[in-house]
Amino acid sequence: MSAKNRIASGVAGYVDDRTGAAKWLKKNLTKVFPDHWSFMLGEIALYSFIILLLSGTFLTFWFDPSQREVIYNGSYAPLSHVTMSASYASTLHISFDVRGGLLMRQIHHWAALIFMAAIVAHLLRVFFTGAFRKPREFNWLIGVGLVTLGIVEGFLGYSLPDDLLSGTGIRIAEAILQAIPVVGSYLSFFAFGGAFPGHVFIPRIYTVHVLLLPGIFLALITIHLMLVWYQKHTQYPGPGRTEQNVVGYPLMPVYMAKAGGFFFIVFGVTAFLGGVASINPIWLYGPYTPGQISAGSQPDWYMGWLDGLVRMSPPIETHAFGHTISWNILLPGLILPGILFTGMALYPFIESWITGDKREHHLLDRPRNVPNRTALGAMSLTFMMISLINGGNDIIATHFHLTINGIMWFTRIGLIVVPPIAFVITKRICLSLQRADRELVLHGKETGRLVMLPHGEFVEVHEPISAQKAWTLTQHLQPEALMVEGADENGVRNPAGLKGKIRARISKANAEQVAAPTLTEFKELEGGHH
Amino acid sequence: MSNELQKFTDPGLPAHVHRKADSDPKAAKAAEKQVAILFLLSAIGTVMLIGSYIFVKSNKFIYLPILGDTNLQQLLLGVGMAMSLFFIGMGAVHWAKTLMSDTEVIAQRHEMRSEPEDRTDFVETVKEQAALANLGRRTLIKRSLGLSLGLIGLSPLILLRDLGPLPKNQLATTDWAKGTRLLTDPGDRPIKPSDLEVGSVAQVLPALPTGTERTLENIGKDAVLLIRLRPEDFQLSPERLSWTHEGIIAFSKICSHMGCAVALYEQQTKHLLCPCHQSTFDVTRAAKVIFGPAARPLPQLAITVDAEGYLVAQQPFTEPVGPSFWERSS
Repeated sequence: MSAKNRIASGVAGYVDDRTGAAKWLKKNLTKVFPDHWSFMLGEIALYSFIILLLSGTFLTFWFDPSQREVIYNGSYAPLSHVTMSASYASTLHISFDVRGGLLMRQIHHWAALIFMAAIVAHLLRVFFTGAFRKPREFNWLIGVGLVTLGIVEGFLGYSLPDDLLSGTGIRIAEAILQAIPVVGSYLSFFAFGGAFPGHVFIPRIYTVHVLLLPGIFLALITIHLMLVWYQKHTQYPGPGRTEQNVVGYPLMPVYMAKAGGFFFIVFGVTAFLGGVASINPIWLYGPYTPGQISAGSQPDWYMGWLDGLVRMSPPIETHAFGHTISWNILLPGLILPGILFTGMALYPFIESWITGDKREHHLLDRPRNVPNRTALGAMSLTFMMISLINGGNDIIATHFHLTINGIMWFTRIGLIVVPPIAFVITKRICLSLQRADRELVLHGKETGRLVMLPHGEFVEVHEPISAQKAWTLTQHLQPEALMVEGADENGVRNPAGLKGKIRARISKANAEQVAAPTLTEFKELEGGHH
Repeated sequence: MSNELQKFTDPGLPAHVHRKADSDPKAAKAAEKQVAILFLLSAIGTVMLIGSYIFVKSNKFIYLPILGDTNLQQLLLGVGMAMSLFFIGMGAVHWAKTLMSDTEVIAQRHEMRSEPEDRTDFVETVKEQAALANLGRRTLIKRSLGLSLGLIGLSPLILLRDLGPLPKNQLATTDWAKGTRLLTDPGDRPIKPSDLEVGSVAQVLPALPTGTERTLENIGKDAVLLIRLRPEDFQLSPERLSWTHEGIIAFSKICSHMGCAVALYEQQTKHLLCPCHQSTFDVTRAAKVIFGPAARPLPQLAITVDAEGYLVAQQPFTEPVGPSFWERSS
């Protein structure tokens, strides 16, 4: 035995004597993970989170989260001798007088934008492929929690520098707090330690931003990943892939090298963006004061939809019995987002109620094979996109020479009209794609070769597709509509009542499918040709 | 159809196709070299990072197309760091893709649920443990425990009380009072009607009692915008007209929607626009909301001049300024 081997086995033995890790590792180092590009989206989110922890820690070494007033005397001349908060001054210090400080700030901000984008993309992947179905509902709920907290964490993060733009964002958050019926004024005064802006808000959100929320993130991400590990990853349908197996590469060495390498790639790309693409140049905005503002005030992209909803809200307030309720704030700022996120969290349970499907699913859906769900996703995305467009209405207006009023009315009407249209169109596209699949399986693929038959007719030669492809296109389950007990024609009242009727109606719409082609049909057609 | 339609059958995993590097030692050697080059590029990136940290002056700016004026050190640090990280990643992935085994492995899944006997055993165990603890019989313990656990949730609420003072009437009041002088911001000078030309705008703050320092909290509710129009431009009630002075009208600058500074004045249309949510107010009609989500006009401050000819407030604001809140009565 060589010296190297002796030392290695010595160390391994020492650790195993105390932990018994060998047995667990032996089993798990060869754990199989399926491979698909779309499985990288969640990975990007995870790696961005690690980048956020690293770059964020760097920033804390210089950042002073205090609203104490100081006079700036750093190397950025345009703000020399200007009175500002210590948090703004220390952000300037990091940007101009710490070598690599600006780079780290940019990396941190870029990583936050990428983190949120990756979470949203991952969420969409999980939604459209049905990866949230039994047994993965818990992980869906954790994911909804993570995206919600991500929005809050991002908002708190870009609020910390206390520049004119971020201070305006805090002012808006304060107005939302203040608008909450009965307790609003109290909540605002407790959060801000008195009247807005006060001197305690930045230090307080700093603690939440660097300690409380990252701690919750770490815990939730850990559970999220442990569940993925324990339940084994879902896989796309295909030859040899079943509900009972998982086909892919072992953790060691392939997956470790690929995933580990991918972390460095994500970090590298983020560093590149941080180096060359400057975002949030806080030194141009100046320190926050409530009496000033910069034109084109924009939140980060993941807040844009919320701001867009607030912007398009109708100007309604109720004044009654000496009290005021601001629907123009509550509706777009709290009620609508609350309904959207609750609906998102409950979706797996709603879908299983509609389909009556209580089985485990480890094979992913091709989105076209579940037209209703795909259409619902497209509808929600459209809703968000229209809100987002209105969140940037001032920028769009100046860039494309449109009027803000025009964009506002377009989105106000569009928000109600366009999503249902998107639903219908998407559903039709899905059914058409199913029809195309059916055509492809039964008649083969077009070869582009034209043949003239003896009697003069021209036909295009179709080539049968492979058995693998035929299986992939036909393997999916096609749910049937649920029947509600108690038929109407007997005059017997439906025991399931209105709820049952609604369920049956949705279930029927949900079951609208183009029948998947079968081998029997294929053989019949083949027989006909010969 | 009575006879069952036969479905397509799963042909099983396709035969594995080997890569060139699996059989050809030359291709494998080439792949090894490619991986090594990628790792070397990473090392070059790190050297670049160290070099730019030490040798490039931190205040040196260069002009680059698209990027504009760029701090050279930050740029090189970023590009160096990006290279050092990116190429380690590319090297590892390339290694995995070309040289590590690419044979797909099949593992079996098992249903998540436990075996039925494990479930029953679990329920039995819980029941036994509960019986050992006498939970079923000792209702006094159960109820008192429930009470104390319920009450314990109150303590954080109590302990968080000192986060801030009670609002009292702070949201409803400002520092404007009868006779308060309008001071320019910035500048802190009293202002005369002749200082404002027709069509111009100025931000003013109230003169505070001597010895009081102006805080951001004061500015957050006191900021006022002065706009001078020709007196015939106004379409105001006689009362509101009497609140103006020689065509000068004063509004709270804090948006009645969400409290942003309403800072954009369009001279042609005489509209005030809030850059946050685009609420638009018509100055000639007492800041009536003509567009956007704001539900109330900006509060108007009644102004006049004092004996020395300086602009002063006739009276405090007659309604709270800024965004709405529960206790607000109108």
